Amino acid sequence: MDTLVGILNYLVFFAITAGIYAVLCLGLNIQFGYTGLFNIGIAGFYAVGAYTSALLSGPPPGPLDWRTVGGFQLPWVVGLLGAIIASGIIAFFIGLLTLRLKEDYLAIATIGIAEVIRLILKNEGWLSNTVWGIKHIPSPLHQPIEAGVSSFLKGHPQLSPWLIHFISNAYNWFYLALVLVILGLLYWVSERSIRSPWGRVLRTIREDEAIAAVSGKNVFSFKLQSFVLGAMVMGMAGSLYAHYAKFIDASSFEPLYGTFLIWVMLIAGGSGNSKGAILGAFLIWGIWAGTDFLTGYLALSATRVASLRVIAIAILLELVLLLRPQGLLGEEKAVSKMMGK
Amino acid sequence: MILEARNIKAGYGGVEILHGISMGVDKAEIISIIGPNGAGKSTLMKTILGLLKPTHGKIIFDGHDITGLDPDKIVRRGICYVPQTDNVFPSLTVEENLEMGAFIRKDDFRGRMKEIYGIFPDLKEAKRFRVRKLSGGQRQMVAMARALMLDPQVLLLDEPSMSLSPRLVKLIFEKIVEINKSGVGILMVEQNAREALKLCHRGYVLAMGRNKFEDTGQALLNNEKVGKLYLGG
Amino acid sequence: MSLGAFLALISLTLLRGLGIPGTPFGPLSFGLPMILAFFIALLLTGLAAIIIDRILYLRLRRTGPIVLLVASIGVSFFLRNIIQFIWGPQPQYYFKAIQIARKIPLLGIRIKPDEVFIIIVAALLVIGLHFFLQKTKTGKAMRAASDNMELARVSGIDTEKVIMWTWAIGASLAAAGGILAGIEDKFITPDMGWQMLLPIFAAVILGGIGNPYGAMAGGMIIGLSGEISTAFISTAYKPAVAFVIIVIMLLIKPRGLFGTR
Repeated sequence: MDTLVGILNYLVFFAITAGIYAVLCLGLNIQFGYTGLFNIGIAGFYAVGAYTSALLSGPPPGPLDWRTVGGFQLPWVVGLLGAIIASGIIAFFIGLLTLRLKEDYLAIATIGIAEVIRLILKNEGWLSNTVWGIKHIPSPLHQPIEAGVSSFLKGHPQLSPWLIHFISNAYNWFYLALVLVILGLLYWVSERSIRSPWGRVLRTIREDEAIAAVSGKNVFSFKLQSFVLGAMVMGMAGSLYAHYAKFIDASSFEPLYGTFLIWVMLIAGGSGNSKGAILGAFLIWGIWAGTDFLTGYLALSATRVASLRVIAIAILLELVLLLRPQGLLGEEKAVSKMMGK
Repeated sequence: MILEARNIKAGYGGVEILHGISMGVDKAEIISIIGPNGAGKSTLMKTILGLLKPTHGKIIFDGHDITGLDPDKIVRRGICYVPQTDNVFPSLTVEENLEMGAFIRKDDFRGRMKEIYGIFPDLKEAKRFRVRKLSGGQRQMVAMARALMLDPQVLLLDEPSMSLSPRLVKLIFEKIVEINKSGVGILMVEQNAREALKLCHRGYVLAMGRNKFEDTGQALLNNEKVGKLYLGG
Repeated sequence: MSLGAFLALISLTLLRGLGIPGTPFGPLSFGLPMILAFFIALLLTGLAAIIIDRILYLRLRRTGPIVLLVASIGVSFFLRNIIQFIWGPQPQYYFKAIQIARKIPLLGIRIKPDEVFIIIVAALLVIGLHFFLQKTKTGKAMRAASDNMELARVSGIDTEKVIMWTWAIGASLAAAGGILAGIEDKFITPDMGWQMLLPIFAAVILGGIGNPYGAMAGGMIIGLSGEISTAFISTAYKPAVAFVIIVIMLLIKPRGLFGTR
């Protein structure tokens, strides 16, 4: 029984991480799946969200920290809103700069901003505490829930060990619920919006910008909206991550974890389909986390196994592109009917 | 007939634009295709050249079935094409544009180039200039010259007079007649319908993706219905 | 780029193993094996690019540029991790001898003989590329296809072959860049290509996308401004300088300094 609870607890942990990735995928889906905007700097928006939220809601710098700013200990919701706004503002400027130009420029600018953000986080100690990162980021409602759990356990000393084990994990269950509620909300909103006239314009832009332009739509403004909204969702994911992990540093937002995996997830699940985005996130994270055990089995060093896993994921991506470019789910019929030519 | 299209149906991504068009070009003949916007004139050209694959019908060239071949194969057989827009390589010089026209020739094509410079003396003078520096009329000549480098039996011209001044339109039409005199069959789509009918041997009127009229150029000009419906009264 | 540098390392090891005399040429810190390795690596990288093109990009070409971009990101992670799998993330050394800069009598600057070699090779590559693009049939066809792919096809140009050549040459040049950088720094790492990415993009935007001469000039400008910037700000921000230049260019002249299209 106790092993079962152990597995269950691991699954909760797994689902929280996958859920956060699913939020990122929904953000990318708004940008790429709906509008065709190519963002290869997801990690940048993700990191900005995480750091903004941590600086707003986190603790003030400790005595050993380099950091001199932040730590306003505001409620988590404020941190979340701050994360959304900060990512949105950065996306707004990047979009303003590049969305009138050919798609290559957006790709270059997003990769550039992500790299610059990473460099800042690595080098500006006053802001980010460099490689020592930001610690002790509070999780929402952590104290009341933990207090409730421990008083409950004190009141019931006769419980069997596995039940205690199970109940002790209550906070993770709560966080999972929080992530899933936010994910559900985002899913609902993005499904509603893609079926709205607004969403139709975005898809027309993706299929043929000229058609959208001749039908009198301000293509640039629609692209900008889509790009900023998507980035806001990515910022939200950053906040969710920071308050769950409780510790962040620049290495959590390297291009592999922050950008590449998310692309693989969206492409594998089905670009342009919110269900596909979520499915892809859980599936690819499942494969990724599932292959972690290989480290113990293969007679190779940990870094070699890590490389092997990236190679496998990269091959998977290319295979999906070659064999099933629409992804597992593909775009839904109601949507593809609109595609015209 | 050197080039013949039989009952062609074609379109873009499931939307059929040509609903069964037939037409032909005889050796060294000038054929004009006229008709309102959306009649399928440019689509027909692209289908003949293999840029679009017809869903139905046959295209016969010089006694061989060329339906569904890729453009580069069709070009090799002797049909060359001048698109309506973007029909030159702007960052290449005039001479390099002509060389690209002769890309598939393995032999010495300098003789052919000389002949073409004979038709377009302006280009000879400008041969070291990058095409993007040339005027609209000169670009149109570069486009035609490029297509002639392979010594085609049939030349497809999609709106050669588009957005040119009346003086240049006249010049381009003169060049077309001159090219034709050298033995090249010409199939052209034109908005400038009256002028086009005047100089062609035969003409086709298309509307809504179907054949409407077919006759000698002069007869079409005199045809009351054609005049009323397609030549603006 | 990393791939080329590492292929050079393999070839270098192989050639040394084969017993080709490794005595350094005159003042240079390397000998014949390095030079041979350079050519072998260029060839192999070009070949690798062609193989990837045939297996992957060829089939994706019809689906549009964005799918190609996604695929190429996958390829970059694939190659980088293959290198990392074989050699690990730590630096690999071409050679370890330290070279002393010598003073050039008239100019009054100090330069290492290896650096003179790098400059000469880079200049030769630039001249070679120029000759290829301007004088050869394939080079002209490449420029034509870059101008107008559709027209190139209806002119009878075998655009597939042109694209293949473009891949091969692009990859070989990247490999050359990686090897030269490896000679300058004495070591190579799997993510050296990633670190050069922003400066490379900046150079291309500066020169105007699709303009090889602009890109060369852009490369000089970006390289110099990156080095000059270290006099004022932390060296850690060298790549950020490239980004700032990208931003400025996009604001004032997105088609590049010499761009015309």
